[in-house]
Amino acid sequence: MEYTPPPFFRRGPSLLARLAFFALLSLMLLYADARFHYMEAMRKAIAVVLYPFQEMASLPGEAASRVESFFVSQSFLQRENDRLSHENFLNAGQLQTQRALVAENRHLRQLLEMQERVEPSSTVAEILYVGRDPFSRKVVIDKGSLQGIEEGSAVVDDTGLVGQVTRTFPWTAEVALISDREQVVPAQVVRNGLRAALFGIGYDGALDLRFMPVNADVENGDVLVTSGIDGVYPAGLPVAVVSNIERNAAYPFARITCTPSAGPNRNRQVLVLSRLAPLPEYPSAADPRKGKPKKARKGG
Amino acid sequence: MTQLPLLGRVSRSEEILLPVRPAYIAVTLAAATMLNLLPLTGWVLALRPDFVALLLLYWGFHQPRKVGFLPAWLLGLAMDVADGSLFGQHALAYSAMMFAAIALHRRVAMFDLRRQILHAIPILLVMQLIVLGVRHAAGGAFPGWWYFLPTVTGAIVWPLVDLLLKMPLRPRPDPDEA
Repeated sequence: MEYTPPPFFRRGPSLLARLAFFALLSLMLLYADARFHYMEAMRKAIAVVLYPFQEMASLPGEAASRVESFFVSQSFLQRENDRLSHENFLNAGQLQTQRALVAENRHLRQLLEMQERVEPSSTVAEILYVGRDPFSRKVVIDKGSLQGIEEGSAVVDDTGLVGQVTRTFPWTAEVALISDREQVVPAQVVRNGLRAALFGIGYDGALDLRFMPVNADVENGDVLVTSGIDGVYPAGLPVAVVSNIERNAAYPFARITCTPSAGPNRNRQVLVLSRLAPLPEYPSAADPRKGKPKKARKGG
Repeated sequence: MTQLPLLGRVSRSEEILLPVRPAYIAVTLAAATMLNLLPLTGWVLALRPDFVALLLLYWGFHQPRKVGFLPAWLLGLAMDVADGSLFGQHALAYSAMMFAAIALHRRVAMFDLRRQILHAIPILLVMQLIVLGVRHAAGGAFPGWWYFLPTVTGAIVWPLVDLLLKMPLRPRPDPDEA
């Protein structure tokens, strides 16, 4: 090991002073980010610098998956082809009836002078990697603000709602999964239209349906879809299936656990839906951005 | 005192290496950044050591005049952006780690590799605890004991890191001498 002898004068500030300086700087950034989200511009600048590193780091994995996909057996392809064409046939039938229903729905809404139901446009994106932060549930997708991805867009896969775009970079975007602890999805029971809020609990495979009274009409196997009253998620996307209910009269609310219908582990392709048209002005003084229901009530 | 055995150990572990150029440190740190950015999932991700922290700690121990707080802080910010975590949590943790590395570097130089790892483990652990404390203050929940696995695996791969980093620094044998 080699040390250049330090100059006797001009040693610079002491070690402790340097630590204090950098620690204070970090704490200021932390505070500004956690409280006010001031750091987004700086984050984007650093993300652009990191992008080539990220691309290079994902090269070996991509090469491996390409090699793997090259050595797929004929029988597997045959089986998948059969399954897909069968699914395609079923979907085509549903699509035909759906077209008629969309036309009928528009007509009925015009008759009733209701607001036009907006069908969001969508962008196909691929999941680049799962977020590395152990405190949150996120994935990063390969489309960013340059491809028209906006913050707040809903992300779905072929089986249901995956999450919501929370941060966009020029070429990538961060999607917070519905299982993230800070994510709440306003949902509705398909069977009876009961509205509720689905909370992420921080790990895959489970969601909490909170603030439902003990005698709420929820059963195992009930399908929950987005209710669309928050203005973020379009209505009618499948979110979860009720898997476990604990009704304990000692507590005001039932403990209802649900299994999400979609998952980022299932497949790499996801669909990013465009932002919905802004909801009409909220009538009262309540915060219009948080459209989640304050308490569950019967929906009509 | 145990001066004599210690001295004996030092003379065994000490070898003459080529001077470390700053560019070499920069290249190794860039490589560590790439390793941290690998798109891993599941248990592999939980087991992956924080290579940037390992390398910063290593160079802080061995070349405290060539790496300082600034690279540690900047790489911390880069890791925060790459992970999508709070902006500044890794910067704070890496700065504190660099402080410990520079403050202890004379002491660590006295020890052999095994005892150097015993110095590295608590520093890496405190680094993770700082991140945990920051996230706790920001309302995060404890993710589980597997959260501390990178410190364990970091200690396990430390000898390999040591070997790889010293490889280009060994002087080439003089052909005239053979």
